[in-house]
Parts: sequence; structure tokens; C-alpha cells
Amino acid sequence: MADRSYTESHRPGDFQLADPHARAHVDHTYSNQSYWRDAYRQFTANKGAVIGLLVIVLITLFAIIGPMLSEHTYKSMNIKHKSLAPRIEGFENMPVFNGVANGIHSYKERKLEDVYYIFGTDTLGRDLWTRTWQGTRISLYIALIAVAIDMVIGMSYGLISGYFGGAVDNAMQRFIEILSGIPHLVIVTLLIVVLRPGLVTITLALMITGWIGMSRVARAQVLKLKEQEFVLASRTLGAGSMRIIFKDILPNIFGQIIIMSMFSIPSAIFTEAFLAFIGLGIPQPMASLGSLISESFKSMTIYPYMIVAPVVVLALLMLSFNLLADGLKDALDPKMKEM
Amino acid sequence: MLKRLVIAAATLLAILLVLFLMLELMPGSPFNDEKITDAQRALLNAKYGLDQPVLARFLHYVGAMLTGDFGVSYVIQKNMPISNMLAGRLPVSIQIGLQAVVLGTAIGLLLGIVAALRRGSFADSFTTFIAVIGVSFPSYVFALGLSYFLGSKYKLFPILYTTSKPLISTVLPTIALSMFTIATVARFARSEMVDVLASDYLLLSESKGVGRRRLIYVHALRNALIPIITVLAPLVVGLMTGSLVIEQIFSIPGIGSLLVTAIQVNDYNVILAVTFIYSVMFIAIMLIVDILYGIIDPRIRLAKGENHG
Amino acid sequence: MNEPVLSIRDLSISFKTSNGTVNAIRGVDLDLNKGETLAIVGESGSGKSVTVKAIMGILSGNQEIRSGTIQFRYNRDGEEVHQDLLQLSKKDMRRRINGKRIAMVFQDPMTSLNPTMAVGKQIMEGLIIHLKMSRPEAHERALELLRLVGIADPEKRMKSYPHQLSGGMRQRVVIAIMLACNPEVLICDEPTTALDVTVQAKILELIKNIQAKMQLSVIYITHDLGVVAKVADSVAVMYAGKIVERGTVNEIFYDPRHPYTCGLLSSMPDIVTETEKLYSIPGSPPNLLHEVKGDAFAPRNRYALNIDFQEEPPMFQISDTHYAATWLLHEQAPSMEMAASLKARIETARKEAGEWTESDSWR
Repeated sequence: MADRSYTESHRPGDFQLADPHARAHVDHTYSNQSYWRDAYRQFTANKGAVIGLLVIVLITLFAIIGPMLSEHTYKSMNIKHKSLAPRIEGFENMPVFNGVANGIHSYKERKLEDVYYIFGTDTLGRDLWTRTWQGTRISLYIALIAVAIDMVIGMSYGLISGYFGGAVDNAMQRFIEILSGIPHLVIVTLLIVVLRPGLVTITLALMITGWIGMSRVARAQVLKLKEQEFVLASRTLGAGSMRIIFKDILPNIFGQIIIMSMFSIPSAIFTEAFLAFIGLGIPQPMASLGSLISESFKSMTIYPYMIVAPVVVLALLMLSFNLLADGLKDALDPKMKEM
Repeated sequence: MLKRLVIAAATLLAILLVLFLMLELMPGSPFNDEKITDAQRALLNAKYGLDQPVLARFLHYVGAMLTGDFGVSYVIQKNMPISNMLAGRLPVSIQIGLQAVVLGTAIGLLLGIVAALRRGSFADSFTTFIAVIGVSFPSYVFALGLSYFLGSKYKLFPILYTTSKPLISTVLPTIALSMFTIATVARFARSEMVDVLASDYLLLSESKGVGRRRLIYVHALRNALIPIITVLAPLVVGLMTGSLVIEQIFSIPGIGSLLVTAIQVNDYNVILAVTFIYSVMFIAIMLIVDILYGIIDPRIRLAKGENHG
Repeated sequence: MNEPVLSIRDLSISFKTSNGTVNAIRGVDLDLNKGETLAIVGESGSGKSVTVKAIMGILSGNQEIRSGTIQFRYNRDGEEVHQDLLQLSKKDMRRRINGKRIAMVFQDPMTSLNPTMAVGKQIMEGLIIHLKMSRPEAHERALELLRLVGIADPEKRMKSYPHQLSGGMRQRVVIAIMLACNPEVLICDEPTTALDVTVQAKILELIKNIQAKMQLSVIYITHDLGVVAKVADSVAVMYAGKIVERGTVNEIFYDPRHPYTCGLLSSMPDIVTETEKLYSIPGSPPNLLHEVKGDAFAPRNRYALNIDFQEEPPMFQISDTHYAATWLLHEQAPSMEMAASLKARIETARKEAGEWTESDSWR
């Protein structure tokens, strides 16, 4: 069945040896793809992650320029303008941003025909647009702090613990076990008792526990890498510990480090929002998204619009950071498990 | 196992030390009532052991805390023993916490497993959606939403907790509190299940002719579920923090709302007592998780008993 | 001629990947005769594993069978049954074929046993499902199987979990699981690659003994020609999703015709010839994402002809059992000298073997 006879005529020269130089070299059929280029391609193919990144960029822009666009500051009060519904010029006849809430046209009633507040005002007559973006700044600051803490404390701790091993590692790991045995909530509460509520306290709270996950990932990666040939080679050539850690190992675990730090952002923002809600966040008249939600929660049934802007921004921010972190994880190291 | 116990004990001791130091460094003494003379104060100090060296005081403190003697409240209810305050509040908090764990784990597992079995289907997208939403909104947003829509607008459930209806009035808080658990468990269960379904041993079971049902229920599920125990730690933390705001929103008389009040009015003893309770619960749960893991996973169970080559 | 137990005809399988469709198997014809051991040899990615996964009906979701048949001939209660396995549903495959008539041993014993189930239970499972045995019966049979695969103290091992066993022991357990229902065909997908060399030999020996005892037909998948020489009766060489040469083990080892087979043999280290440098085939296999024009091996072939780049070579018959797909066998093709080093090698090997006398026609 196999010896199908070929009847079609072959051209002369068909059975000549082919010119060796004319041959394509097969090694080139796989295009050369570096890790980062491949990761970039993976990432951009992930719609959710790209949208997440865009939303974060957009929110950041608004947080920077938003407060400047308004003539009000975050703390300027105008009792005459208190509890106004969202209203935008040109939207007067639209279903939203028309200045009507619960069937009451607050602007008309109070004869404020040419006054506009995009997100409305709070019960003290402060501009919610400015306050919302001001609050977003706090959340973004927290995000930055969380990444910095992860990078500086978590990464170094993990790298050192994993690289030196032995007694050092043992002691450092027992310390982590004890530290992670204390609920985060307890640490935050005690800090607040000692210090006053505020950004410093939140930053400190993050510094005490926020880096544990990262240090575990960094340690696990170092343990995996330090026995590999290229590290041994480097050591044989006389490289010092610091050089090996930062020049040989660090570049190879960078993917995981980025993923972990991205995952710590949402939980850090969460911590702040949660503290703010129970009244232990940023003190008045400063605003954070959490404290805005907390304030407007008290009057939610009467002025439901006050809570919308901060909740939407907070949710969008959290959602985007989660999507971004997921996308980065899929692109950089899909097999990685969160710790 | 012994190692775990030692770590747990060390953690507990560390917490007690921190709490004790805070108590020591706290401004003022419990007896700085102006009517008390210096002599009377010395007498009181002697009576409560406050004139003894630090170490003795610490040991005394540890003993008192471990036996449930948390002292008295100064601000919230003057001179009320804190253990009495806790006795009424702890069961409520635990009830809601347990309800949220059970509900959250059940729904989360269901979503995660169905999503893994039908990858790319509607159920899968829905699970991903829930998982992302659940970790993106703080639990108070859910609580506010639920109480606004199901509570005030449609009046399906009571907005506030009432002792007369301990079940129906905890429906909304339980759902709000369980969202984070649902999201975390669903996400984890899905990824574990996907891994297990692609494993060699499942392929081998398939090649030996095991039917699909048995493949999933006997072979895959057990292997996928064991690692889920590891996410219990962050879940418990999530529930504890969640309980603070949830109890606040639904005015539930639990220890979460007690802590918030105590912080707001600076009732140190109450703060320290509640944080101690939280710590003990957390440490105990972690210990139980470890033991449970050993029982469920034969790799750990047998590694302790016998040693094979 | 003995009618084959399994005969694959024109099997084509493609994968859908994010980069496009990969034509992993491109028209494979293969026969497995009763009681023989067939080795499928090839580099990784040549499609060996996919072919046998198609036989087992355990292709993954993104793998699609484009064409072909897999005829399986077996005896059911004294009656001969012909069945095209590709026509069976997954459910029917599991009920009637998998584990019962065709069984498969996987590459890595470290990952192919369920870590949370005692090995005894894993062996008994197939017996209870397929042979409807009661638990005590299955237990007895499992003990017997463990003894058969050479595990000491089977009573105790029944209760062990996979992580308590060494790699070699685990592979024995896998073999026991697979032999449980007396299958007709056993597929071994690189069963020894993940094991120590000393253990490898023992496992190979075990499979060989059991094959003789149980009259099994065995398909071996391997890239290790040493294993092939040890166990196989006939050999099929796969390259880029096609079978490029097949024949008896002697024909392939002593009279290779396809330049790829020659390349494989030349790159096999041995202790007899004192070559200064071990040969390696230049280049790497083609990317099957792209359409292959002509002979897939041509770009790596030192003896490539012009036609190799235009037209796919047909299977040329060399003897009753020996076929190769290379234009070099066409009557118009120039006669090629085999590389001197390989020729010398084969000569020595042949002398050593001493038994190979037929058709020493090397042109």
C-alpha cells in the first residue's frame, strides 16, 4: 500500500543534489523571542489588563489635574451650597448630572441657577469633585508606598534569607512566622492607639506587615536559583555575595517581584479604605476615598449621590489594579502561586 | 506538629508582650483619680501588684489574660468587667463569622469547580467576574449596597440587627461579609482544579478507563481541595477586618463594633482585650488548619508517622 | 501475514494554539502486529506522543483529528471484533477500551499516580470498573499484580501512598495498574526516561518478561535508540509528524535508508567506534505552524535533492517489511554513499551480532 507509483513526469534536474547554499537554515524558523518581548505580547493580548492599565493612568491624571480644574479646594466650605446634587453645564435636561436628586431640584430651590458641581457637594458644602480626586491621591500614594515597601523591605528580606540560608534563614523565617501569626488588624489597631490616625500610621502599618508575602516569594525564588550553574559559575569567578544577589539572581526573579508588588497594591488600598471607614483614617478636613464613603454613608438614604463618586472611583481603581496584576501574572509567570 | 505549637505559643507570648508594654507606656495610671491620696494610691498599687518589678508584673499580666481576666472598662461602661462585655458580644460575632465562612466557602467552591470543568463557558466568565468584583470592592460597599437595596428600598430584610431575630437579621451582614471569601475561594479553587485536571495522574486515571464522574469526584476534587486550606489564613484576616465595618453598618453588638467604639473613645483596656481575643482566635485557627492539613493530605499525615525509603 | 492488532491509516491531527494551527501529525500509517513490540522513534515534537494519545482517545481539548482511522482488532468472548477507535465516543472509549484492552504507561512516574490515593486502591479501581470484581477479589488480584511487577512486601505496599515509593517502584505500580485488566495492547510512552539508568534496565526487562507471559502487543515511544535495540521487533521513525522509515529492528539498524534515520544512528554514542566527534544532525525540526513543502527533512539533509524542496516523497518499499519515504530511493536518484563513519559502525555492529545475514544489499 505504500509504494504508490508516481506517474507524473519529473523535470530534469529534480534528482540532482540541491545546492547546499540555497537551503534555508532550519534553526531560523523559530523566530527569536526574548522573555520580555514575549511577556509584552502576552500582556497586550490581555484586554482586561490593558484596560486596567488605561483606567489607572486616567484616574492618576484626574487625581493630578482634577483638583486644579475646580475653583474650590478640598476644604473650602460654603454652607449655602451644601448638599447639592451633581450638575454639569449642558446636562440640565439629561437624566443624570442635572442637579436633581430624589425629585428635588436643589439648585432651583435655592436659586443657584448658574452654579455647577460635577459630583455635587457634601453636607458642609464642600465640592465633592475636588474631594474625590484629592482622596484618590491618597489611595495612589498608598499604592506607591506599598510597592516601595515590597521592593525595599520584602525583597531584601527574602533575598537575604534565601541566599544566606542556614541559621540566618532559620532565624529570619521564625521571625516571619511569629509576625504573620499576629492579625494585621491587631497591629493596625495598636498603632492607632499609640500614634494618631493619619497617613503616617497607615504607612507604618504597611511597613510592619505589608512585605511578608513578597519576602516569601523572593526567598522561594532565590532558593531555586542559587544552586543553578550560572550562579555557581559566577561564584567560582570570585563574585561577592552582593554581586551575586543583585546582578545574577535579581534580574531573574524580576518577573515574580513585579507580580507580587502589583498584588500588594489592592490590599494596601483596602487597608486604608477600611481604616477610613471606621473613622481611623485620614483626619478631617483631608479626604480619602474611604473617609468620603464613610461620611456619605451616614446620609446615604437622604443624599445617595454623595457616595457614588468615591465608591465608583475606588472600585474602578481596585478593579484595574487587580486586572493589571492578573495580566502581568499571566504574561510574566502564569504558573506562579500567590502567597 | 510540635514546632507549630511552639511557634503558636511564641506568637501568643509576643502579642502579650506588646500588649503589656502598651499598657505600661499608656499615659496615666488606673488610679489617678484626684481624690485619692498618695498613701491610698500606694496601697492600691500594692494591692494590684503595680509596685512589683516589671517581669513579675508581666507574668501576672500573662496569667490574668490567659484566664480571661481582662480588667475593667473605664470609658464605655465604667468599671464593667471586660469579660462580661465580651461574653455577650463574642457569640454574635462568631455566629456571623461562621455563617459567612460556610456560605462563602460553599458558593466559592461551587463557582470555582464549575468554572474549571467548563473553561471558557458562561459559568467560567461569571466566576471570573465574581472573583474580580469580590476582591475589588471593600466589604462595606457590599454592605451599603445590600442595606440600601434589599433593606431600605425593597424591605426584604431588616437593616439593623435585632436580638429577637438572630437569623433573619444576620442575612445581609453574612452575605456582605462572605463576598471576599466567595471571591478568594472561587479563584483559588478554579486554578487548583485546572491544574489537577491537566495533571498526569488524571490522564493516567482516564487511560485506565475511569468514568468522568468518578474522575472528577474521586480523583480530581480531593487533590484540588487540599491546597484550598492554605487560603484560610487570609480569609480569616479578611473576615476579622470585615466584621469591624459590617458590625458598624448593621449595628451588630459584636466584638468588632466594640473595638471600633473603644478605639474612638480611647478605652485602652477594652482595646487590648479585644485585640487579644482576635489574636487568640487567629492563632487557634491557624493551628487547626495545620492539624487539618495533616489529616487530609496523606503526604503530610504519613511523613510524620513512618519513614519509607 | 499476521493481521495487525492495531492499524492506523492516514492519521492527521492538528493543534489550535494562540499562534495558529499546528499540523502535528500529517498522515501517519502504522501497523502493530499481535505479540510484537513496535518502537516509535523520533525527536521531541515529532508527534510520537500525540499519535498514541489519539489511540487512547485522550487528546486534549485543542487537539483535533483531521482525518484517518485507527482500526483495533480484538477478541470479545471468542468473537473477533473490528473497531475504528476514532469513531468511539470518549465515554465508550473509557468503558470498552481504555485500561481494559489498551493500556498506557506514562513517562514520569513521579507525577502519574494520584498523590492522595493509596496505590492499592489505584490498582483495584480498574478491576472494579472493568471486570466488575468485588473488593476482596480485586484486592487479591492487586496483590498478585504487585508481585508480578516485582514489588516486595505487596501487602504493605497496597496501603502506601505514591510519595512513599521510589521512582522505579512507582513505575512498577503504574505498570501493575495498566496490566490489571489483561489488556491486548500496552503503550509505553518513554517509560524509562525519568528513571535512573540502573532502574531503566530493570523496568525494560520487566516489560519484556510480562509481554512474553501475557502475549501483549507493545508500542514503545522513545527517543533512545539504545532502548529500541533492546526491546523492539520493529521500528517506525517519525519526523515532523510523519513516519519517514519503518522496518524490522535489524533493517533499521543495519540498513537505514532515510537520511534522518542515518543521522539518528550516527548521533548515537557507542563504545566500539573511536570517533573523534559525535555526529549531530544540523539544524532543528521544522516549525509545523507553517505549511511544509516537499520533504520536511530536506533543509537538514546533506543529500537533499532539488525535488525534496518541491514534492513530498512517497513511501518506497525496500523489502516486505522495510519502507522509507525519501526521494533517494527513486530510480532516477543518484546513488549515495553512506557516511564512512556510520558505515564502519554498522559493519562492526553487524559482525558482532553475527546473526544478520539476509539482504546485505547496500548499493
